[in-house]
Amino acid sequence: MHYSPVALHIPDGFLSFIVSLICWAIAAVVLAMAVSRTNKSLGEKQVPLMGIMAAFIFAAQMLNFPVAGGTSGHLLGGALAAIVLGPWAGMLVMTAVIAVQALLFQDGGLIVMGANILNMGLITSAIGYGLYRGVSNASRSTKLAVAGVAAWLSVMAGALATALQLWLSGTSDLQTVTLAMLGVHALIGIGEALITVAALTFIMQTRPDLLDESSASAQGGRGWALPGIALSLAVVLLSPLASAFPDGLERVAENMGFLHHGQSAPYQIIPDYTVPFLGETALSTIVAGIIGALVVLGLSILTGRSLQKKSQVSK
Amino acid sequence: MHSDAFDRYHHGHSLIHDLDPRVKVVVTVGFILSNALLPDGAWTAFALAWLFVLTASFFSGLGLGFTFRRSFIALPFALAAITVLFSIPGKPVTSFQFLMWNFTITDAGLLRFVSIVIRSWLSVQMAILLVAVTEFPKIVHALRHLRVPAVLTVIISFLYRYLFVLADEVLRLLRAREARSAQMAGRGAGGSVLWRARVTGNMAGQLFLRSYERSDRVYNAMLSRGYKGELMTIHPHQVHAGDWLIVLLSFVCLAIMQVVGRAL
Repeated sequence: MHYSPVALHIPDGFLSFIVSLICWAIAAVVLAMAVSRTNKSLGEKQVPLMGIMAAFIFAAQMLNFPVAGGTSGHLLGGALAAIVLGPWAGMLVMTAVIAVQALLFQDGGLIVMGANILNMGLITSAIGYGLYRGVSNASRSTKLAVAGVAAWLSVMAGALATALQLWLSGTSDLQTVTLAMLGVHALIGIGEALITVAALTFIMQTRPDLLDESSASAQGGRGWALPGIALSLAVVLLSPLASAFPDGLERVAENMGFLHHGQSAPYQIIPDYTVPFLGETALSTIVAGIIGALVVLGLSILTGRSLQKKSQVSK
Repeated sequence: MHSDAFDRYHHGHSLIHDLDPRVKVVVTVGFILSNALLPDGAWTAFALAWLFVLTASFFSGLGLGFTFRRSFIALPFALAAITVLFSIPGKPVTSFQFLMWNFTITDAGLLRFVSIVIRSWLSVQMAILLVAVTEFPKIVHALRHLRVPAVLTVIISFLYRYLFVLADEVLRLLRAREARSAQMAGRGAGGSVLWRARVTGNMAGQLFLRSYERSDRVYNAMLSRGYKGELMTIHPHQVHAGDWLIVLLSFVCLAIMQVVGRAL
């Protein structure tokens, strides 16, 4: 039996102290809101429900289907959790999943858990629920289509956020890491979208009462469409900017004084890492990005193959 | 499925096993925090940090190599940092030709890359040790004492309790899919990728409904056992003088690492 980790779990050591701290702060504020909202709106019955739903997401991440070349598609579940449980509950459920993955499996670090929660739990839930909620009066097929797009975008948003955090920490080069992260997750996101849509179709057919207006998930309110759309727009606008014109983003970060502080140690050993890469170096960066993406892709195919072989042997 | 498949807790009694779980959580987080704060290239401090991990492993009775053997789990992520080898300006160390491009590894880039990997490697070892010497429910209990909101710790407790039950459910679903997917030698089984995705989606939906309905039954069972909206435990944790001593000692060690890391 294997449990497949997703490339988005950042381990400790890869984000600088300041970036980890800021991500924890953002995550803590949003989670505090989620806790107070769920405490108010949910009865005691919802507590075991959310706990078991967290176990559901965890278990559902083990489901996979074969795609070409030994790779497989599987589910992260952020968008699905938010759509069926509501945004706040979805965020808490995803946070619990990420916490257990870090504590029990060392899949993702402890100091950087704030960043992991933000990337895989909060942003994915907000986009998934926001977009879905925006079309709650539309026909079933529109809803499903939007849910699919939202699931894909949520994965891309998580990947982009991860890439930006790595860059701000001085761990990776902006363009390379964005290209590699977005490239790999564009594919992972398709699997996510397909499974999410199929799962929702199944639930709509068998238990439509769980998804209708009176259900707990509808308690999030229509206001969620706004942050959902805003975050999606940010992904759509920032992705090409970061991958094709990284200098602009670096200039902004430099002007804000953030990049300098973001670099890990208070003692700067690397004097001026923030210089925009020009000329030949820019070319080498792009190439490195493509090679990086290919290496990641190759590795995931190889791991997928070996896992498949292993599971065949064990059968 | 037995919980041992997931849970890495090792039964035993040792100085480290018997510490209050809060102490273990706080020291682990403090250690990882301290790693994050060490500057690049603080080799002496990194060595001290490793010594710290080894000392803790020694007193846990799990053997010095225990954390080391499992510590490579975070290594694939080092790929994300590989670009700093080339992108940080500095004195070239070595360069190589790949296809038609030249790659130059700079000394500053190498320094940063190695530092990042070492930091991560040390932090992962400490987290592995924490999980190996503390039962998971106790870690969650410690989190509750450390002011993590009750909703979250209760969700985590339930997640841990039903993880293995639902993992079994997934294994049954996967086995059922396997059983109905006959395959002729030399020919691929199943339909298109889209069709496969839909089957998997249906399995996810099925799993969702089974989990949802199970939560109803669980809730009723809990009500009949006197559940009032809060989980209770019969193992109150107490921090003894020895626990305080360990916390104090550990943080003195961490402070020394920081001083050494900056001074040298």
